[in-house]
Amino acid sequence: MTTGNPILRIIDLHKTFHPGTPNEVRALQGVSCEIRCGSFVILVGTNGSGKSTLLNAVAGTFVPDTGRILLNNVDITRRKEHERAIRFGRVFQNPFSGTAPDMTIAENIALAAKKGSFRGFGLALTARNKEAFRNKISTLNMGIEDRLDTPIGKLSGGQRQALTLLMASWVKPEILLLDEHTAALDPKTAAKVVQLTREIVEKDQLTTLMVTHSMQQAIHLGDRILMLHQGRIVKDISADEKKNLKVKDLMEFFDEVRRKDLIDPAMAEMLRQNYV
Amino acid sequence: MSLLAGSVIIGLILSLLAMGVFISFRIFNFPDITVEGSITFGAAITAAIIQLDIHPLTATLLGFLGGFLAGMTTGILHAKFKINSLLAGILVMTALYSVNLHVMGKSNIPLLTRTTLFTYVEKLTLWCFPDPASVSVAGWNVQIRDLMVLVVLLIAIMLAGSLLRWFFRSHFGTAMRATGNNQNMIRALGVNTDWMIILGLGLANGMIGLSGSLLAQYQGFADAQMGIGMLVWGLASVIIGEALINSRSVGMLITGAIMGSVFFRILVAIALRLGMNPNDLKLITALFVLIALVLPTVVKKFKIKPLVNDNR
Repeated sequence: MTTGNPILRIIDLHKTFHPGTPNEVRALQGVSCEIRCGSFVILVGTNGSGKSTLLNAVAGTFVPDTGRILLNNVDITRRKEHERAIRFGRVFQNPFSGTAPDMTIAENIALAAKKGSFRGFGLALTARNKEAFRNKISTLNMGIEDRLDTPIGKLSGGQRQALTLLMASWVKPEILLLDEHTAALDPKTAAKVVQLTREIVEKDQLTTLMVTHSMQQAIHLGDRILMLHQGRIVKDISADEKKNLKVKDLMEFFDEVRRKDLIDPAMAEMLRQNYV
Repeated sequence: MSLLAGSVIIGLILSLLAMGVFISFRIFNFPDITVEGSITFGAAITAAIIQLDIHPLTATLLGFLGGFLAGMTTGILHAKFKINSLLAGILVMTALYSVNLHVMGKSNIPLLTRTTLFTYVEKLTLWCFPDPASVSVAGWNVQIRDLMVLVVLLIAIMLAGSLLRWFFRSHFGTAMRATGNNQNMIRALGVNTDWMIILGLGLANGMIGLSGSLLAQYQGFADAQMGIGMLVWGLASVIIGEALINSRSVGMLITGAIMGSVFFRILVAIALRLGMNPNDLKLITALFVLIALVLPTVVKKFKIKPLVNDNR
């Protein structure tokens, strides 16, 4: 796939969770966008704006009510999560979600290295592939390459998230999906993981969709920002616009969106008091 | 002493059960009560087929297959139809009770006069020792017959254990272990977790069916009631095994389950010898498992107390 062509097309996606109940959440209300191959897109938005839901729709955690998702012009809307997983690399918000805690570092990596290929009855760990694992892990500079046989659950959240990132990109994914993958880390570790993200994405020219709460990350990473609000894309900031963008500008966009929003609940309250 | 040899033999046969319970309980964290039906199912199938004068090896393999299918059924109920793990097992176990009666045609099939796998071991003994008597092992008198069964079984179980160890270290088996450990993670790596659970429970109950098949052949009968309490028995073996072997590697845990099964059987034999009422056996086994499960929590509570005092 040449850089610049659309690799992912999302067409008018709708999803309502728990419809018809008091817990009804209209998470996606008509999201459409095209993601070009090789682009690094940042998804920002308020809580409950649908940014993580959008990422999960792409990953296949649920089937949308209406709308389509095309990956390389193939409709994957109804493909099962594990079927499309081989084409994505995923890192979750919770550092514990991306690794199997009771299995060793080497075993976790071996599982990731087999993504998309047949898992046969040959031994998962051999002296040769462990050596390859060691070399690649040592690029993290975290001193964990000598602890290959340690259960991964013994590592810190930051170390686990760094390894998850490495695992997600071990077999080159068509798209890397990052769901607030630094949100649960302390600032220093988060910065380290962000740096690692940048390196991995740049090295393999990965098409990336990254959800974040951090305006800093939105400004400094990626080449496009999509801002979501109430299940819709309300702003699409291109690479050119993004170059001169400051955190302050982004916050102003947010305030603008919120102000528009405020009218509705206030109006609703007034109507309720007058008529009910 | 022949009592001791007998206990070790049954312990070895039931170590297949322990390995099966290890798979469902420890690898998948799945309290699979299908065990109580599938061990009887394996025994019932084997007994019914041996009764037809079909080769016992075929009968044994079909016993394994029966258990495998029973486990897969529980797996399908749980993974595909989202039925609670315990309930899925209870449904299959209950259904199997009727199935077993149908397979056997009655509630008990005697096999004492039939050709079983152990008849072949007997033949092997006569071939090696034309005049089998008893030998002295470390000052004990042991029937050569028992000794031979013991050795053959030991080799077979060690082979089964090694195969299982190799399986769980393979690409496929590691993915299966990851399914039990973190489903989200392994699904994101492209593994169909539903089928991993179904096949894993199949394998677990296949081994348990095999255990039932061998037990019926060794004891000389299959009985519709023989599965009762077998899950707790398997749990006890797994827990003792973990205590005997302080390691987290799969290979060692499998070895532990085998050792635990034999050790537990010997303990029971000694207790019965010392005058324990056989009726209390299941109560005591259940209590034992309860204590083993609760103990870590209690120990933790006591350990934390002094820490709190220090902080003050």
